[in-house]
Amino acid sequence: MKDKSLVSITDFSKEEILRIVELAAEFEANPNQKLLDGKVVSSLFFEPSTRTRLSFETAINRLGGGIIGFTDSSSSSTSKGESLNDTIKMVSNYSDLIVMRHPLEGSARYASEVSDVPVINAGDGANQHPTQTLLDMYSIYKTQGTLDNLNIFLVGDLKYGRTVHSLMMAMSQFNPTFNFISPDSLKMPDEYKLFLDKQGIKYYEHHEFTDIIEEADILYMTRVQRERFSDPIEYEKVKNVYVLRNAMLDNTKDNLRILHPLPRVNEIHTDVDANPKAYYFEQAENGVYARMAIMASILGVK
Amino acid sequence: MTKKELSVRAIKNGTVIDHIPATHLFKVISILGLDKSKNQITFGTNLKSKQQGHKAIIKVAKKFFADDEINKIALVAPSAKLNIIEDYQVVDKKTVTIPEQIVGIAKCFNPKCITNNEEMVTKFSLVEPEPLALKCQYCEKITNEEHLEVL
Ligand SMILES: [Zn+2]
Repeated sequence: MKDKSLVSITDFSKEEILRIVELAAEFEANPNQKLLDGKVVSSLFFEPSTRTRLSFETAINRLGGGIIGFTDSSSSSTSKGESLNDTIKMVSNYSDLIVMRHPLEGSARYASEVSDVPVINAGDGANQHPTQTLLDMYSIYKTQGTLDNLNIFLVGDLKYGRTVHSLMMAMSQFNPTFNFISPDSLKMPDEYKLFLDKQGIKYYEHHEFTDIIEEADILYMTRVQRERFSDPIEYEKVKNVYVLRNAMLDNTKDNLRILHPLPRVNEIHTDVDANPKAYYFEQAENGVYARMAIMASILGVK
Repeated sequence: MTKKELSVRAIKNGTVIDHIPATHLFKVISILGLDKSKNQITFGTNLKSKQQGHKAIIKVAKKFFADDEINKIALVAPSAKLNIIEDYQVVDKKTVTIPEQIVGIAKCFNPKCITNNEEMVTKFSLVEPEPLALKCQYCEKITNEEHLEVL
């Protein structure tokens, strides 16, 4: 994994994913390890994303590394019309690793080609966000004790939600069963179902968010966003259908945990927050350990 | 003498690329780098063709293309036919197939793709030749026949 860029979750093999997950657990047990002492990490946020940036910067600080960079493109040379190529070439001379968030799709792949140092994609438009996937997988591993043979329910926007697509692709290596719950207009695209068919993975599609969740080990909730609907009436119809309430959890399995990439809108009622099965706030914290594991692996210090 | 030879002079040794869509002649010339070649090149365009309305033809003297070189034109001239000429005789015939990797020829349909916002070379992998589907190696979106634009 040393010197390897992480642009798309498919860049990492099953073994590499497991290695990250195990390493994340090690960092959680012992978070202050100055393994990046003397190293400089560039944190290039061409669009603001406070949540992701703070998670990365906390991880870098805990590892004792230095940080250079910018928090949105208005304070960078891009605002003066510099090409991505030139920015990356300059920054790769100053640092050992680049963490990059950019609104354009494919920008991270391109940066990894022109950079002399590895690039971690912290989100490239609607395309990929692999560190989110790895923190999701760490959360699953931590709460279930394994990644194998789990029954995973994905709920909400399964059409446009890049986090559910990446998670589904990565989890497919661990013999899961998937249940997809979404309105018809936001159902899992055929290309992904075709992929699951080819892998021989079982999946079931549902429109109704009911007691079928009693079989779930993981309930992964996503936002249903207004802007995804061309017809506002259709949005009004579905926006309150895919909402998780505490009462729905009564007969669910003890090991069930509820995940959400955050921020939420209304898809998880606040009455769920106090339920021990609610895991979304811990999930966000796991992001720091997962990102420590990713950076330490890529820099070859762990 | 055939009509073809009347339109464009015959060559002794080299390659004849026939059945190029007339609209894509100059793209084929540029993809193959013939505009920078020192070889003797003759071409004709807007020639009548039974199969495709108006076609173009290129004759390149003393040039024999490697398969991966000539296959680059398959996106713009899928029906192109090659005649390999030695001593005025056709000694071999070839067709073109779309390569697995397409570099610098097609445009990604996704306006939010980095390739449409930065001066750089596009790269696609071939997902399906018929109907055509190309996967952008940057934004990972599929460009299909309907949205295909040649650079
Ligand atoms: Zn693209």
